[in-house]
Amino acid sequence: MNLYAEIAVALLIVVGASFGLVGSWGLLRLPHLMARLHAPTKATTLGVGSVLLASMVYFLATGEGFSVHEVLIVLFLFLTAPVSASFIARGYLRAHVDPAELPGAGEQGWASFVPRAGDGGDQAEASSSWDVRKD
Amino acid sequence: MTTHAPLDYALAFGFAAFALALLMNLVRLLKGPTSMDRVLAADTMVINVIALIVLLGIHQATKAHFEAALLFAMFGFVATVAFCRFMLRGRLID
Repeated sequence: MNLYAEIAVALLIVVGASFGLVGSWGLLRLPHLMARLHAPTKATTLGVGSVLLASMVYFLATGEGFSVHEVLIVLFLFLTAPVSASFIARGYLRAHVDPAELPGAGEQGWASFVPRAGDGGDQAEASSSWDVRKD
Repeated sequence: MTTHAPLDYALAFGFAAFALALLMNLVRLLKGPTSMDRVLAADTMVINVIALIVLLGIHQATKAHFEAALLFAMFGFVATVAFCRFMLRGRLID
Protein backbone atom coordinates (compact mmCIF):
# COMPACT_ATOMS: atom_id res chain seq x y z
CA MET A 1 0.00 0.00 0.00
CA ASN A 2 1.60 3.23 -1.11
CA LEU A 3 1.70 6.47 0.81
CA TYR A 4 -0.88 8.35 -1.27
CA ALA A 5 -3.56 5.72 -0.79
CA GLU A 6 -2.79 5.62 2.90
CA ILE A 7 -3.10 9.40 3.22
CA ALA A 8 -6.40 9.27 1.31
CA VAL A 9 -7.75 6.58 3.66
CA ALA A 10 -6.57 8.52 6.73
CA LEU A 11 -8.17 11.72 5.45
CA LEU A 12 -11.49 10.00 4.74
CA ILE A 13 -11.50 8.43 8.22
CA VAL A 14 -10.76 11.78 9.89
CA VAL A 15 -13.49 13.53 7.89
CA GLY A 16 -16.00 10.78 8.65
CA ALA A 17 -15.18 10.69 12.36
CA SER A 18 -15.52 14.49 12.54
CA PHE A 19 -18.96 14.34 10.92
CA GLY A 20 -20.04 11.56 13.28
CA LEU A 21 -18.84 13.54 16.27
CA VAL A 22 -20.68 16.68 15.08
CA GLY A 23 -23.86 14.69 14.53
CA SER A 24 -23.88 13.21 18.01
CA TRP A 25 -22.89 16.54 19.56
CA GLY A 26 -25.89 18.09 17.81
CA LEU A 27 -28.12 15.30 19.13
CA LEU A 28 -26.95 16.22 22.62
CA ARG A 29 -27.00 20.00 22.35
CA LEU A 30 -29.94 21.10 20.19
CA PRO A 31 -33.04 22.36 22.08
CA HIS A 32 -35.96 20.18 20.97
CA LEU A 33 -36.57 17.02 18.96
CA MET A 34 -37.50 18.67 15.66
CA ALA A 35 -34.13 20.47 15.72
CA ARG A 36 -32.30 17.45 17.14
CA LEU A 37 -33.55 15.30 14.27
CA HIS A 38 -31.31 17.16 11.80
CA ALA A 39 -27.95 16.32 13.36
CA PRO A 40 -27.91 12.48 13.39
CA THR A 41 -29.90 11.96 10.21
CA LYS A 42 -27.60 14.10 8.07
CA ALA A 43 -24.19 14.56 9.69
CA THR A 44 -23.87 11.06 11.16
CA THR A 45 -25.07 9.37 7.97
CA LEU A 46 -22.54 11.35 5.96
CA GLY A 47 -19.81 10.43 8.47
CA VAL A 48 -20.54 6.72 8.19
CA GLY A 49 -20.59 7.06 4.41
CA SER A 50 -17.13 8.62 4.52
CA VAL A 51 -15.78 5.85 6.78
CA LEU A 52 -17.19 3.19 4.44
CA LEU A 53 -15.58 5.01 1.49
CA ALA A 54 -12.27 4.91 3.41
CA SER A 55 -12.70 1.16 3.88
CA MET A 56 -13.39 0.74 0.17
CA VAL A 57 -10.24 2.69 -0.78
CA TYR A 58 -8.21 0.71 1.78
CA PHE A 59 -9.15 -2.72 0.47
CA LEU A 60 -8.70 -1.48 -3.11
CA ALA A 61 -5.20 -0.23 -2.24
CA THR A 62 -4.11 -3.37 -0.38
CA GLY A 63 -4.86 -5.41 -3.49
CA GLU A 64 -7.81 -7.38 -2.13
CA GLY A 65 -9.95 -6.06 -4.96
CA PHE A 66 -13.12 -4.04 -5.13
CA SER A 67 -15.57 -5.07 -2.38
CA VAL A 68 -19.30 -4.60 -2.80
CA HIS A 69 -20.18 -4.88 0.90
CA GLU A 70 -19.48 -1.21 1.56
CA VAL A 71 -21.62 -0.16 -1.38
CA LEU A 72 -24.47 -2.27 0.00
CA ILE A 73 -24.18 -0.78 3.49
CA VAL A 74 -23.90 2.79 2.16
CA LEU A 75 -26.92 2.33 -0.12
CA PHE A 76 -28.97 0.81 2.68
CA LEU A 77 -28.05 3.53 5.20
CA PHE A 78 -28.65 6.39 2.76
CA LEU A 79 -32.02 4.94 1.76
CA THR A 80 -33.25 4.22 5.29
CA ALA A 81 -32.04 7.35 7.12
CA PRO A 82 -34.75 9.67 5.66
CA VAL A 83 -37.43 7.03 6.20
CA SER A 84 -36.66 6.56 9.89
CA ALA A 85 -36.32 10.35 10.33
CA SER A 86 -39.77 10.84 8.81
CA PHE A 87 -41.22 8.14 11.08
CA ILE A 88 -39.70 9.74 14.19
CA ALA A 89 -40.97 13.20 13.20
CA ARG A 90 -44.49 11.84 12.63
CA GLY A 91 -44.48 10.04 15.95
CA TYR A 92 -43.38 13.22 17.70
CA LEU A 93 -46.04 15.30 15.90
CA ARG A 94 -48.80 12.90 16.83
CA ALA A 95 -47.76 12.63 20.48
CA HIS A 96 -46.52 16.06 21.50
CA VAL A 97 -47.75 18.75 19.07
CA ASP A 98 -51.18 20.37 19.05
CA PRO A 99 -52.47 20.49 15.43
CA ALA A 100 -53.93 23.98 16.10
CA GLU A 101 -50.44 25.40 16.68
CA LEU A 102 -49.06 24.23 13.34
CA PRO A 103 -48.99 26.52 10.29
CA GLY A 104 -51.70 25.89 7.69
CA ALA A 105 -51.13 23.20 5.08
CA GLY A 106 -53.86 23.99 2.54
CA GLU A 107 -57.09 22.07 2.09
CA GLN A 108 -55.52 18.67 2.65
CA GLY A 109 -54.26 19.44 6.14
CA TRP A 110 -51.26 17.78 7.76
CA ALA A 111 -50.88 14.20 6.65
CA SER A 112 -49.81 13.14 10.15
CA PHE A 113 -53.16 14.23 11.55
CA VAL A 114 -55.48 12.88 8.85
CA PRO A 115 -57.34 9.87 10.28
CA ARG A 116 -56.77 6.60 8.47
CA ALA A 117 -58.50 3.30 8.14
CA GLY A 118 -56.15 1.59 10.58
CA ASP A 119 -56.39 4.27 13.27
CA GLY A 120 -59.95 3.63 14.37
CA GLY A 121 -62.31 6.45 15.39
CA ASP A 122 -62.37 10.08 14.32
CA GLN A 123 -59.46 12.48 14.37
CA ALA A 124 -59.96 13.66 17.95
CA GLU A 125 -59.95 10.09 19.17
CA ALA A 126 -56.99 9.25 16.98
CA SER A 127 -54.85 12.14 18.17
CA SER A 128 -55.69 12.03 21.87
CA SER A 129 -56.00 8.39 22.82
CA TRP A 130 -53.42 6.76 20.58
CA ASP A 131 -51.25 5.88 23.55
CA VAL A 132 -53.99 4.01 25.39
CA ARG A 133 -55.54 1.68 22.86
CA LYS A 134 -58.90 0.18 23.63
CA ASP A 135 -58.45 -2.97 21.56
CA MET B 1 -1.56 -5.13 10.68
CA THR B 2 1.16 -3.34 8.78
CA THR B 3 2.15 -0.26 10.75
CA HIS B 4 1.97 3.03 8.88
CA ALA B 5 1.97 6.27 10.82
CA PRO B 6 -0.82 8.38 9.17
CA LEU B 7 -3.32 5.53 9.10
CA ASP B 8 -2.61 4.62 12.73
CA TYR B 9 -3.23 8.17 13.90
CA ALA B 10 -6.39 8.45 11.80
CA LEU B 11 -7.71 5.13 13.14
CA ALA B 12 -7.02 6.19 16.73
CA PHE B 13 -8.87 9.46 16.10
CA GLY B 14 -11.73 7.61 14.46
CA PHE B 15 -12.12 5.12 17.31
CA ALA B 16 -11.98 7.92 19.90
CA ALA B 17 -14.45 10.11 17.99
CA PHE B 18 -17.06 7.40 17.50
CA ALA B 19 -16.68 6.17 21.09
CA LEU B 20 -17.27 9.73 22.30
CA ALA B 21 -20.25 9.99 19.94
CA LEU B 22 -21.68 6.78 21.42
CA LEU B 23 -21.29 8.22 24.92
CA MET B 24 -23.13 11.39 23.89
CA ASN B 25 -25.92 9.29 22.37
CA LEU B 26 -26.12 7.35 25.61
CA VAL B 27 -26.56 10.60 27.55
CA ARG B 28 -29.41 11.60 25.23
CA LEU B 29 -30.90 8.10 25.57
CA LEU B 30 -30.95 8.42 29.35
CA LYS B 31 -32.11 12.06 29.47
CA GLY B 32 -35.01 11.72 27.06
CA PRO B 33 -37.14 13.77 27.61
CA THR B 34 -39.70 12.28 25.17
CA SER B 35 -39.78 8.66 24.02
CA MET B 36 -39.05 9.74 20.44
CA ASP B 37 -35.77 11.24 21.67
CA ARG B 38 -34.82 7.83 23.00
CA VAL B 39 -35.75 6.16 19.70
CA LEU B 40 -33.64 8.72 17.79
CA ALA B 41 -30.71 8.18 20.18
CA ALA B 42 -30.92 4.39 19.74
CA ASP B 43 -31.03 4.81 15.94
CA THR B 44 -27.94 7.04 16.03
CA MET B 45 -26.15 4.56 18.31
CA VAL B 46 -26.71 1.82 15.72
CA ILE B 47 -25.21 4.01 12.98
CA ASN B 48 -22.18 4.85 15.15
CA VAL B 49 -21.66 1.17 15.97
CA ILE B 50 -21.64 0.40 12.22
CA ALA B 51 -18.86 2.98 11.80
CA LEU B 52 -16.92 1.39 14.68
CA ILE B 53 -17.25 -2.08 13.12
CA VAL B 54 -15.97 -0.79 9.76
CA LEU B 55 -13.03 0.95 11.48
CA LEU B 56 -12.24 -2.33 13.26
CA GLY B 57 -12.24 -4.04 9.86
CA ILE B 58 -9.67 -1.53 8.55
CA HIS B 59 -7.59 -1.91 11.73
CA GLN B 60 -7.43 -5.69 11.48
CA ALA B 61 -7.21 -5.61 7.65
CA THR B 62 -10.02 -8.14 7.34
CA LYS B 63 -13.31 -8.17 5.48
CA ALA B 64 -14.94 -10.52 7.99
CA HIS B 65 -16.86 -7.78 9.78
CA PHE B 66 -18.96 -6.48 6.90
CA GLU B 67 -21.74 -8.98 7.38
CA ALA B 68 -22.05 -7.83 10.98
CA ALA B 69 -22.22 -4.20 9.84
CA LEU B 70 -24.89 -5.03 7.27
CA LEU B 71 -26.94 -6.93 9.87
CA PHE B 72 -26.66 -3.98 12.26
CA ALA B 73 -27.87 -1.61 9.54
CA MET B 74 -30.89 -3.77 8.66
CA PHE B 75 -31.96 -4.58 12.20
CA GLY B 76 -31.40 -0.99 13.33
CA PHE B 77 -33.76 0.26 10.64
CA VAL B 78 -36.38 -2.40 11.39
CA ALA B 79 -36.18 -1.63 15.12
CA THR B 80 -36.61 2.12 14.55
CA VAL B 81 -39.59 1.63 12.25
CA ALA B 82 -41.16 -0.85 14.69
CA PHE B 83 -40.72 1.56 17.61
CA CYS B 84 -42.23 4.46 15.65
CA ARG B 85 -45.11 2.36 14.40
CA PHE B 86 -45.81 1.25 17.94
CA MET B 87 -45.83 4.90 19.05
CA LEU B 88 -48.09 5.92 16.15
CA ARG B 89 -50.57 3.07 16.13
CA GLY B 90 -50.32 1.54 19.58
CA ARG B 91 -49.78 -1.92 18.12
CA LEU B 92 -47.35 -3.60 15.75
CA ILE B 93 -49.33 -6.34 14.05
CA ASP B 94 -52.93 -5.85 12.97
